[in-house]
Amino acid sequence: MLSIKNLHASIDGNEILRGINLEVKAGEVHAIMGPNGSGKSTLASVLAGREEYEITEGEVVFQDKDLLDMAPEDRAREGVFLAFQYPVEIPGVSTTNFLRTAVNQVREYRGLEPLDAVKFLALMKEKMKLVEIDQKLLSRSLNEGFSGGEKKRNEIFQMAMLEPTLSILDETDSGLDIDALRIVSNGVNQLKSDKTATIVVTHYQRLLDYIVPDYVHVLYKGRIVKSGSKELALELEEKGYDWIKEEVESASV
Amino acid sequence: MMTTATTSKLFTQVQSLFQASGGFASIRQQAVESLENQGFPVAKAEEYKFTNLSKKLENGLTNASFAEPFSIDQATVDAHIFADFDGDVLVFTNGSWNKELSKVTQDYSVEVISEDGLLGAISKPGKDAFADLNTAAFQEAIKISVAKGKVIEKPVLLIHFNQANEGQIVMPRLLVQVDEIAQVTLLEYAVCLDEEVYFSNALTEVKVAAGSYVKFFRLQNQSSKAILMDTMETDIHRDAVFTSVKISLAADMIRNNLTLNLLDSGCEGNMYGLYLLNGKTHVDNHTNVDHTMPHAVSNELYKGILTDSSRGVFNGKIFVRQDAQKTNAFQQNNNILLSENAIINTKPQLEIWADDVKCSHGCTTGQLDEEALFYLQARGLDKTQAKGMLLYAFAGEVLEFISDEPFKAHITNLVMERLGTQF
Repeated sequence: MLSIKNLHASIDGNEILRGINLEVKAGEVHAIMGPNGSGKSTLASVLAGREEYEITEGEVVFQDKDLLDMAPEDRAREGVFLAFQYPVEIPGVSTTNFLRTAVNQVREYRGLEPLDAVKFLALMKEKMKLVEIDQKLLSRSLNEGFSGGEKKRNEIFQMAMLEPTLSILDETDSGLDIDALRIVSNGVNQLKSDKTATIVVTHYQRLLDYIVPDYVHVLYKGRIVKSGSKELALELEEKGYDWIKEEVESASV
Repeated sequence: MMTTATTSKLFTQVQSLFQASGGFASIRQQAVESLENQGFPVAKAEEYKFTNLSKKLENGLTNASFAEPFSIDQATVDAHIFADFDGDVLVFTNGSWNKELSKVTQDYSVEVISEDGLLGAISKPGKDAFADLNTAAFQEAIKISVAKGKVIEKPVLLIHFNQANEGQIVMPRLLVQVDEIAQVTLLEYAVCLDEEVYFSNALTEVKVAAGSYVKFFRLQNQSSKAILMDTMETDIHRDAVFTSVKISLAADMIRNNLTLNLLDSGCEGNMYGLYLLNGKTHVDNHTNVDHTMPHAVSNELYKGILTDSSRGVFNGKIFVRQDAQKTNAFQQNNNILLSENAIINTKPQLEIWADDVKCSHGCTTGQLDEEALFYLQARGLDKTQAKGMLLYAFAGEVLEFISDEPFKAHITNLVMERLGTQF
């Protein structure tokens, strides 16, 4: 589904990603872990199409198409979804309003009829249950005055509405208490299928107790330096990242 | 050699329009004297330093005469009433009231006045040259009166039909007197049937008596040749509430002077404005709120979106006098500039003489929020849609204050159309 080859990206002349290679197949959950500043969020942003990053080398193929060649909105329409680490507050735009436009844009792109107000509301009601989000919240200005947990639940709600093929969760667990974490993970798990894939970017192993990965990758200094099964995450939790750093440093000497 | 006021070009152009006789002789004389002494604002005049209206008029008033009242048919009037409007209509042609085509079905009165002690007592001569010009020269003064205790349920729409030869002038003069514990909502806009350069110099005085509730929602959407000067001054008495919403969308140059006098305790004055400017449109909003007594509230929010080579000016004065303890006064001006050549000059001006007050002011000027734009794009909205949505959300905060739903819908449509096509 997703094939990343030798991806290099920089911002303001600083190289952040220095040759990422990653293959993600339908039905898989990949966790990307790593210390702060290792490039995890940059990878998520680059995949979603954030413009401030410059791709200097490499390629990303998503369902046989060149992902890097697409505008952010076309990536979304093709089925890439980024759950933001810091969801943006937009005064004056309600989740309901913008999401109806978004859902219909995506549907149009995929050759589907637009949803009328009644059908849209029915779909909303169904998806709201997934993340236990209140309709009142969705008619308020997007994320404005939302708690951290509400913002993240809103991200997963939007994901449910847009039915992506590839979901990228960028530190969706940060700032969540255990109850919110359960709700969010539960939502993500229910949306998983053998046709979709998920990339979970996180600093902590805790989230992976709830969203169980098939593969765990450790990102350090812009490269994937270690890959393994979910046990690798447990090892990282126990021993921290220092041993990985040491491995990398000694190997490069 | 000093140039005296009376030898300035603009003064000479408009001098023949002054009217000395009739019931308003006294205030007219005061206005003329003030103009003779002070003249029209020169380029460096503090109040007009970003808006050289005098120069604009010197060049534009090629035929500085009044555009006279004209006849108009019902179909033309109907064609300019927005969808779903439910209320009364007052029709004016070139500043003159057309009684036949107006529809007064509720319990208030409209009349042409030839004398009235209130006219010129709210907006006193000597404060502003263009207000003085109106007082010195207006052809017809119209008064809307709402008697004590009357609640006018449906809105009253004032439509000014203007038809002027190139370089002509209209000077609407309106007095609104709302007596104690009465209530009314007024809507107003002008329709220019020609697209010539013309000058509208309107002056509206409003008295909001104790305990009454008045809303005034106005739209400025004219041809790119129209030069508009609009002065409104309102006296707000004890426990009364006055709300002004002004939406400026199109003209060549617009200067709005809005003054609220909070004359007693417990009263509230609200001033909201939105300007969406493109091309070379120049819009200047000068507001002035004067807190004279304790426990009064004023709220102010003006927002602007500017593109092309347009220019916006905002100047908000708040005076809190020594007796006006426990005043709450809030002011905010926010702007989005969408092009390199658009300019905004914004200036809050607070003078506070009382020591136990809550006053705040703030202004922001920026571009569209790139992070918000990316967020919407990442959800599948194309860039144009995402921009339109963000700009509409920005503007919508002001539109929310228009409590007449059909008028709000009408203006919302105009705003969305503009955001969709122009930005």
